[in-house]
Amino acid sequence: MSNVNVFAVKTLTQKEYFSSGHRACQGCGETLAVRLVHKALGRDVVVASATGCMEIVSSPLPLTSWEMPWIHVAFENAAAVATGVEAGLKALMRKGKIPNKKIHVVGMAGDGGTADIGLQALSGALERGHDFIYVCYDNEAYMNTGIQRSSSTPYCAATTTSPAGSVKPGQTTWKKNMPAIAAAHNIPYVATACPSYPMDLVEKVKKAAETPGPAYVHILSVCPTGWGMPGEDIIKFGRLAVETGAFPLYEIENGRYRITVDVPELLPIETYLKPQRRFRHITPEMTEIIAERVAKEWELLKRRVEFSALD
Amino acid sequence: MAKADIEILWTELEPGCVVTEPGSSKAYRTGDWRSFRPVLNKDRCIQCGLCWIFCPDMAYAQDGEGYYESNPEYCKGCGVCAKECPTNAIGMVEEEEPEL
Repeated sequence: MSNVNVFAVKTLTQKEYFSSGHRACQGCGETLAVRLVHKALGRDVVVASATGCMEIVSSPLPLTSWEMPWIHVAFENAAAVATGVEAGLKALMRKGKIPNKKIHVVGMAGDGGTADIGLQALSGALERGHDFIYVCYDNEAYMNTGIQRSSSTPYCAATTTSPAGSVKPGQTTWKKNMPAIAAAHNIPYVATACPSYPMDLVEKVKKAAETPGPAYVHILSVCPTGWGMPGEDIIKFGRLAVETGAFPLYEIENGRYRITVDVPELLPIETYLKPQRRFRHITPEMTEIIAERVAKEWELLKRRVEFSALD
Repeated sequence: MAKADIEILWTELEPGCVVTEPGSSKAYRTGDWRSFRPVLNKDRCIQCGLCWIFCPDMAYAQDGEGYYESNPEYCKGCGVCAKECPTNAIGMVEEEEPEL
């Protein structure tokens, strides 16, 4: 744990842009991520949010937790609406109907709204090169509707639609590499972040906001309800995901890879998997398969860092 | 302060169900979900702010002396602050039923 990084938290603004009184579970990692993202972005923000946990907990009809313009749209078109807002603001500023200043447009969705349902809208938005930020809050399943598998669910994780039993080990496919898909659009900024490293997250979101053109930030949001752990452990598990290499933190700036939280030696993957209820059935053989894959991807990431530094 | 959701009638809603007051969810007190409450030991507190930054319910705020105190109206009692406190200055104490 990089203490220098963590102890600078007092330099962040005291102002909250996401209010108390939201109805998220005790110890919700996604709320924490939303809070930190909007701390980084400040006041001049318009948010388009796909359906998901964050929509349910933050806007039960007569009330809202948002301190800025926020619109709820369908599951599949958060990115499309965000780009429409961006184009609309640009037109209004050109015609002099609103003052000319920088307004950040944010599209936000969970992993289902990004990797499964909203993928084509996101791909179109990234390809058209709108100046907006897309934030994916990845809790690795459809937690809002009762923990169904998504394409972002990791291998062997038990969910209600991928139950573990004597035949199947739980989820039978690997986690979709969403940051790599975003990076393949050759956009100026892609990053992965985790609220367990708050300054790292804030820095990346600020960088994404300052980048002209589309930026994609993928945030691991630990979900105590769906992953099966006490709510007090969310920060610890976020940290373990990074330290075991299950979710490496890196950024891709104009094609250049950089690992932002370096892990000199990866911890054994069991320390991250075993205490979670969704992985409690895994056998040493399954752990071996996962460990091999994680080590390989970590090596590949390091190679990419070296390779992209060459040119 | 906004009205609680049960006090708002459907006739008072804006067209399109637009919510015009930002942050009106403050009217909904999540503090009564709690079964454990965080208690700060000021002798051990170094005012690092980790409890404040890691609170998913935005319950922590700095008081006049610089200590971070949780707001019992919103704290859901998840215990993240107690777990992450580097000096163990925060303890979780079980809530008791009020005597009638």
